[in-house]
Amino acid sequence: MTDPVLSVKNLSTHFFTRAGVVKAVNGVSFDLARGEIMGLVGESGSGKTVTGFSLLGLVDAPGRIVEGSVKLNGTELTTLSQRDLRKRRGSDISMIFQDPIATLNPMLTIGQQMKMAIDAHERLGTRAADARATELLTQVGIPSAAARLRAYPHEFSGGMRQRVAIAIALLHRPSVIVADEPTTALDVSIQAQILTQMRDLAAETGTAMIWISHDLAVVSSLASKLAVMYAGRIVEQGPTATLLRDPRHPYTAGLIASLPAMAKPGTPLTQIPGTTPSLLSLPLGCPFAPRCDHATNRCKDDPPMTHTAGRGYRCFHPTGQTAKAPA
Amino acid sequence: MLGFIIQRLLQAIGVMAVMSVIVFCGVYAIGNPIDIVIPPEATQEIRDAAIQRLGLDKPLYEQYFIFMGNLLQGDLGRSFVYNIPVLELIGGRLPATLELVLISVISATVLGVSLGIYAGYRPDSWVSKTIMAVSVLGFSVPSFWVGLILILFFAVNLGWLPAGGRGDTVEIWGVAWSFPTLDGLSHIVLPAVNLALFKLAMMIRLARAGTREIMLTDTVKFARAAGLSEGTILRRHLLKLISIPIITVFGLELGSTLAFAVVTETIFSWPGVGKLIIDSIGVLDRPVMVAYLILVAFLFVTINFVIDLVFALIDPRVRKGATA
Repeated sequence: MTDPVLSVKNLSTHFFTRAGVVKAVNGVSFDLARGEIMGLVGESGSGKTVTGFSLLGLVDAPGRIVEGSVKLNGTELTTLSQRDLRKRRGSDISMIFQDPIATLNPMLTIGQQMKMAIDAHERLGTRAADARATELLTQVGIPSAAARLRAYPHEFSGGMRQRVAIAIALLHRPSVIVADEPTTALDVSIQAQILTQMRDLAAETGTAMIWISHDLAVVSSLASKLAVMYAGRIVEQGPTATLLRDPRHPYTAGLIASLPAMAKPGTPLTQIPGTTPSLLSLPLGCPFAPRCDHATNRCKDDPPMTHTAGRGYRCFHPTGQTAKAPA
Repeated sequence: MLGFIIQRLLQAIGVMAVMSVIVFCGVYAIGNPIDIVIPPEATQEIRDAAIQRLGLDKPLYEQYFIFMGNLLQGDLGRSFVYNIPVLELIGGRLPATLELVLISVISATVLGVSLGIYAGYRPDSWVSKTIMAVSVLGFSVPSFWVGLILILFFAVNLGWLPAGGRGDTVEIWGVAWSFPTLDGLSHIVLPAVNLALFKLAMMIRLARAGTREIMLTDTVKFARAAGLSEGTILRRHLLKLISIPIITVFGLELGSTLAFAVVTETIFSWPGVGKLIIDSIGVLDRPVMVAYLILVAFLFVTINFVIDLVFALIDPRVRKGATA
């Protein structure tokens, strides 16, 4: 296997609030190969977004990365100065957000905003910058892109705005894009278009992607591998198909079972009982234990990540037939 | 855009018409200027002649229409007291107020916005806390008291700056101005600081609130994720995004300070319009009062009109909404 473009090891980001330490991200590790798309799924508050921000070094106070390593193309990002980190952002790693209405500045034209993003890393003349911007807009599927440079965000539809944001993120051909639920605010049909396009772009440009979502259905159609987050940790990771077919962690199993597509029409939808624990006071041991059918006394200890056959899970009592043998 | 301008112009004319009625009726409801204008021992004949000469014998609506007729010809009437055209009287005083107010409002805005952005950008630093403490002082300490203290401290005790008057002036376009001369400038400093303090505090608060809000938005996060430097984010994104409320307040403050800088003008014996209107009210000099108030209304209407234009210029959404 070739070296991963992004290698995250034991990353922990905590928020030091007055109420106490919020362990938003707690020992997260994963690798990402060139052009690979990884889905990062979990409920709201499971630490997906903070993980994304941590990768770019954009965690706002009172939060900070307390330990771990983020290696991008072999460079350790967590120890870089703010200045050097800024040079990486947008050029080697960039991020797109959920709400394209909020991300673009309503008072500047698309062209101005793209020019600013170009200027942040490269000295290009106005004409060359316009050409680059037009090229990227065309690539993400915006018709008559050259003319649209003079348009303002409010003159675009939601889907088009998100495409503009994606074009800005792609301007410098980054190795990694962190996509934080970028299609959640869009229509289902637009969502499908953008997903297809992003998959093609990743394949074409070799840009790897971390697709953050609470929607397992969306992610599984796009990502080649999945990481499931719960209470600040990755509880299970592995190839998408394997994970969906044969989940090991009871939480993953619960997520899959609660997909509407899994329910018979007319029967109530399955749900995971209980709610996510407060990140301020995580229970000792497995944080999912209070909601888990399989939990035993042993779950009062913290289950380590068990690695088998290209996948990993944190559970003493994994579900699935094949898993019972070694235990 | 043209439709937008015409629409605003019509609105402005409507506001001015209504204002003129209110002002006219309001001023004519108080006191009888005749008692003040002519000496009490004057005979009934002199009294009647004066009433007739000033047009006070006519019914109110007729007086109003005569006034409006003259107004449309650019004649705002003559002062009862000084017996010179009101426009000349006010025009002679206006430059003094204008330069004082412009200097204080503009410097308060520039300084206040800079400090406010800093305080909003680094809310936890001790510098920011100091800035905010100063702004609380600016809000809560009465302006006349600050004026007196400024004089006591800088003019009386230290003797660095003059305590009142306009100093040397220079004629530009036939009008006397203080700011081009060093002496004039030194006379402006104290009253300008006095006037600016409250506005400075307000601008700090506005800019800080805006900055704190905008810095948390996805626009800023996205700009950071694209690798923009903090300086670029502040200059190109933040400044534009917080500008709308700041420009609004700037306009209102400019108008109200021009009209009512009277306290400061009195303390520093600054011969501006604020002092003129107070004196006119004292002697019930109706033409001056009416003309002044109408000018003030005109000033506000003009400032608001300009601000609307500026909004349309900087915010594409306003531009769109106006033409649609």
